[in-house]
Amino acid sequence: MEKCEKHSHSAREALAELIEQSTGQSVAKCYQCAKCSAGCPLAEDMDIPPSRLLHMVQLGLPEFDEKALKSLTIWLCLACETCSARCPKEVEIPKIMDFLRQESLRRGLAHAQAKNIISFHRAFLDSIQYLGRLFEPGMIADYKARNPRSAMQDVLTAPRLFLKGKLSPFPHAVKDRKHIARIFERAAKKEKR
Amino acid sequence: MKFGYYPGCSLSGTAREFDESLKALASAVDLQLEEIPDWNCCGSTAAHNLSHLLSLALPARVLALAEQHGLNEILAPCSACYSRLINARHQLMADEELRKEVNDLIEMNFTGSAKVLNVLEALFKVFADESTVKVVKPFDHKVACYSGCLLVRPAKVVNFDRPEDPQAMDDLIRKFGATPIDWPHKVECCGAGLTMARTDLVCKLSQKIIESAEKRGAEAIVVACPMCHANLDMRRADIEAFAGKKYSIPVIYITQAIGLAMGLGEKQLGLNRHLVPVVFPEKTKAAPAAPEAQPAQKAEE
Repeated sequence: MEKCEKHSHSAREALAELIEQSTGQSVAKCYQCAKCSAGCPLAEDMDIPPSRLLHMVQLGLPEFDEKALKSLTIWLCLACETCSARCPKEVEIPKIMDFLRQESLRRGLAHAQAKNIISFHRAFLDSIQYLGRLFEPGMIADYKARNPRSAMQDVLTAPRLFLKGKLSPFPHAVKDRKHIARIFERAAKKEKR
Repeated sequence: MKFGYYPGCSLSGTAREFDESLKALASAVDLQLEEIPDWNCCGSTAAHNLSHLLSLALPARVLALAEQHGLNEILAPCSACYSRLINARHQLMADEELRKEVNDLIEMNFTGSAKVLNVLEALFKVFADESTVKVVKPFDHKVACYSGCLLVRPAKVVNFDRPEDPQAMDDLIRKFGATPIDWPHKVECCGAGLTMARTDLVCKLSQKIIESAEKRGAEAIVVACPMCHANLDMRRADIEAFAGKKYSIPVIYITQAIGLAMGLGEKQLGLNRHLVPVVFPEKTKAAPAAPEAQPAQKAEE
């Protein structure tokens, strides 16, 4: 999951081709009806609406590929699948978004404002890597350590949840933690390309 | 009837009452839930955001474990878990090479023999036989059935209910005396995975849902997803601060609503664990002053 910056710029394939290889999704199918942008619950908060993001990737030009990978859009996408449910060309945009996020991290291009979002995902995966299951208090502490500015967030809600029995002070772990650790290790090795 | 059971992480933490109410219901209708031994997290939003392989391998381990224990149908009550399991299963069944790669990664043999059910599918199976629908105290309330995104999408993978205007939850809860309202926010996203990192956006999306349900006269929002519940219930104070107004509508799990109709106790159903008190306007008498701290209602049996 660490950044890999070994790509030589000239030999790099167009993003559209990488998307197709990895997800089976062809961005060429999109005819820009913009139903995805109309239905996306967060389109107005994105820097580039989903249909335009697809258009940028369709162009196949390195500068637009890079813009797509640098966008905030790919990190705000909730994968709620509204776009793909409504797409008349059946383009599975959430799969494309998943790929773009991962490619953006591989190339070290993630948007500065996505830092919180990425560190939340990392804190979440950390918990699973070590315990096999999510330990909410641990994950939140991990997230806050990565984002000191969020230290005070939810400090009033947490005790209420604790009193309601919704936050356990003790982590649940799988028995075969080594197995989970091995899966993480081997997946990371395979994805480092 | 017996299902393999995949509680997932939420149901042993912030969504404990979903687990409690489901199990209370199961014992009331003679449904056996066999927990998958040593299950792990499905990877949730984090895995599919950061690692394609993990987003397949983590659910594949769960499904392979279920297969090892001879479980053919697995109930995954959390919509997010359900979505990850069923999507991974779908992708792995469609692509033999990928299946080999993932099986090699998890050092197990996933074959796809175990099917994954969401909580509505499972409840429909349970209550297909009308004699099991034992209504002691009809849940006589106007409710906004909120499916959220992951229970019905992607339609081709889930293959259950209508993706834009789902009816399953409405049909189910009608059997127990409730009156579902028509409203436009049934499948609008609550903001789910951004709850910590972008609370501002979650408030914006969740407020629309709460406002819409309340405006149309619903007395409760009924959910089947711990993420939806967390955002609409636990985030209520943030949502009210964002909206600059108060909302009193409670958010309950479908299992809790059915449990109440079947005469199960409020505590048994975990209704005391919500941050928004579960109180309904009185039908005949004047509405009681809503108590802030504890719901004053007792289960009348």
